[in-house]
Amino acid sequence: MLCHASGHSMKTMVSAARSLFNLPFPSYQFGKAYDEMFTTSGVPRPHYQTLYNTLLDLPAEALRKSQQAADLSFLHQGITFTVYGNKEGTEKIFPNDLLPRIIPSHEWQKIEQGLKQRILALNLFLKDIYHDGRILADGVVPRALIYGCRHFRREMRGLAVPRDIYVSVCGTDLVRLPDGSFVVLEDNLRVPSGVSYMLANRKVLKRVFPTLFRDYGVCPIDHYPQALLATLRTLPPASSPSRNEPATVLLTPGVSNSAYFEHTFLAQQMGIELVEGRDLLVHDNVVYMRTTAGLRRVDVIYRRVDDDFMDPLCFRTDSILGVPGLFNAYRAGNVTLANAIGTGVADDKAIYAYVPAIIRYYLEQDPILPNIETYLLTDNSHRNYVLEHMEELVIKAVGESGGYGMLIGPHSTFQEREEFRQKILAEPRNYIAQPTLALSQAPCFIDGDVEARHIDLRPYILYGENATLVPGGLTRVALRRGCLVVNSSQGGGSKDTWVLREAGRAGEAA
Amino acid sequence: MLSRVADSLYWMSRYLERAEHTARLIDVDLQLRLDQSSESATERWQRMLEALQIPISLVGGVDAITLPHTLTFSRSSPSSIVSCVATARENLRHVREQCSSEMWEQLNRLYLKVIDSNTHAEDSWNLLSLAFFRSVQEGVHLFQGITDSTMSHGEGWHYIQLGRFVERTNMLASLIGAHFSYLPHPPDQAVESAEYLEWVALLKCCTAFEAYCKVYTAEVRPLRVAEFLLLNPDFPHSIRFSVEMVQAALQVTSELTQRKAAQPARIAGRLKATVSFSQIDEIMANGAYAYLENIRSQCGQVHAAIQQIYFDYPIESAIAS
Repeated sequence: MLCHASGHSMKTMVSAARSLFNLPFPSYQFGKAYDEMFTTSGVPRPHYQTLYNTLLDLPAEALRKSQQAADLSFLHQGITFTVYGNKEGTEKIFPNDLLPRIIPSHEWQKIEQGLKQRILALNLFLKDIYHDGRILADGVVPRALIYGCRHFRREMRGLAVPRDIYVSVCGTDLVRLPDGSFVVLEDNLRVPSGVSYMLANRKVLKRVFPTLFRDYGVCPIDHYPQALLATLRTLPPASSPSRNEPATVLLTPGVSNSAYFEHTFLAQQMGIELVEGRDLLVHDNVVYMRTTAGLRRVDVIYRRVDDDFMDPLCFRTDSILGVPGLFNAYRAGNVTLANAIGTGVADDKAIYAYVPAIIRYYLEQDPILPNIETYLLTDNSHRNYVLEHMEELVIKAVGESGGYGMLIGPHSTFQEREEFRQKILAEPRNYIAQPTLALSQAPCFIDGDVEARHIDLRPYILYGENATLVPGGLTRVALRRGCLVVNSSQGGGSKDTWVLREAGRAGEAA
Repeated sequence: MLSRVADSLYWMSRYLERAEHTARLIDVDLQLRLDQSSESATERWQRMLEALQIPISLVGGVDAITLPHTLTFSRSSPSSIVSCVATARENLRHVREQCSSEMWEQLNRLYLKVIDSNTHAEDSWNLLSLAFFRSVQEGVHLFQGITDSTMSHGEGWHYIQLGRFVERTNMLASLIGAHFSYLPHPPDQAVESAEYLEWVALLKCCTAFEAYCKVYTAEVRPLRVAEFLLLNPDFPHSIRFSVEMVQAALQVTSELTQRKAAQPARIAGRLKATVSFSQIDEIMANGAYAYLENIRSQCGQVHAAIQQIYFDYPIESAIAS
């Protein structure tokens, strides 16, 4: 639905009949999706009112200049990522949109509770399936699904991890449905990324909209690196000589990794050493790093390397990113890995469908945040349904991330659907299907205009002594109009997320 | 700090020093060529290759047109200016969080400029050459200045100094040695005309001509040139100065790392003593070339000791200590 701007000033237009969608943003389109800024009557929601007024008063030129300055700042800092599959494999600036996504306090509280519940349950689940397997014995989750999962690591059977915490850093993707409710799209329990963009966006927004910040009362997020370090430090291995201040490092695959900027950023902010596999060695089942002052013992490794590459003696033998003997040290209880090996089984998209049952089983509670309806293609009736309705559904490969291995029905070609049909028939365990969702949309500053784009939300949950969340997270934006894929690797961008302080309670983070 | 990181900083610094030194050598020679005969040109190129420790076989013959081009732009030669700058940048890129953003920007800028010149090299070699070598030298100087101003003078900074002055000692010893082995020199007499220009060129290769004149006047005597470039304690491009900087840096690193094995510091100390207590007459009497070979060899030992103790140590020795 297009809205035309007349020659009047924007303010006079606003004061005209609101029910006529006579909005000041001519290119702003509405559809089925929930709009973050506007109600169905075209009125700004209460928590967006101030931003809306600011946008009316702000000349487009000022916003354009701010956007340029922000882009330049990102460029200079090298806030880039590598787009795989892009012919040059070059570094690209992670696009950032200046208009914040605003979440009122009461909505956030529900999200927070739901996510804390989820990470608790998932950790209990991981402990169970790598030890007694009660949930499997009770038939709540099919054994075949677990043992057939590529990311289930037999090596982890019976291995004890500090505090029984397998997932200490989690990024869960949420979307908002047309009815306004938040649902979980997927969990990322292996090496979730994006937190550095979240922090960088906040820094930029503080410069661009300082008064808005003050007027709104936004919950701070800058303490994330501190919180992460504190979390890591609650997990020292039992045998560590310095349990109060365990030697902590960040293990990176190196400069050619797409998230390398984030690795350097976090290591620097936390004040810990950034190491590559070749800086570490294992002697007598203890991990050391090679420094100019000799070998230094390592207690906790915040690892941003996939399981497969962690130890050539245990997993992929061709990996040069890992440390030979690392898993032995892990098994001996001499080093902590955050996240633990083998967490991928719990963020497998097929297991995802069982998470509500998992929550009920361990916590005897109903899930606070619901899942999306998911079809498991190992089930005959589901599979037949899916194959007949491919154009309406989103089909995903269970072990992939980054938006790869996905078919978006409504936007697909016949050829693409045929290819997926073959893949599904060949390995049905590897695929799931979900209805195409209308992700909520939010105002973005596109080419000098305010337009609507689809977004999601990735909050980050830390789990050490307790589960904690930094308020907000990364709001990812599908920058192409109508596009539903928000991942950076597929050309998405991000926004700052503002969680508002509870009205009347000053100076307290949600 | 991580050994790998220290190693990268050290090598980055060595490669940059080398790039600057090579640029200056070629620059000085191009200027000299304008005054000299073409017969002496061949001999000078051979001397330059020896000074840069590049075997003639690698460059495919000595020819006044292609040789400077190869020494500057050849990607297959690891000692060409382009290769040196590219390798320096690659080393820094891997440890980017160690350096300030200004350092990275400057090195990146230098690299892009050098690469860009490469694409135009074929067309306008003569036009571009003088400005090009000047810009390489300035680019490296600027980088060193930025480093000194924006980087904490902690352990990392000292590895950068180490790399710079180990390379400088090495290159100076080669350069002076090559010069002395080619030119006949009644040591303590003033030289005439053509030879005079060669000695001035040597001084200019070390940015030393004006400083030399301040100490000795413009009368150029090989003995004095040797004394200045080998033993002068104040001039930054003298061997003595460079060796003292190496020893000072090693003293700091051994303190900071508390390495019980003080081997690099010991070897550096011995090298410093060799240079500090020498007299130029003795050196010339025993043969300058031999003396300089000894310096180079000791320098090589310092380098090996640094590698062994700080960067590349075998696990057994580290576990034991």
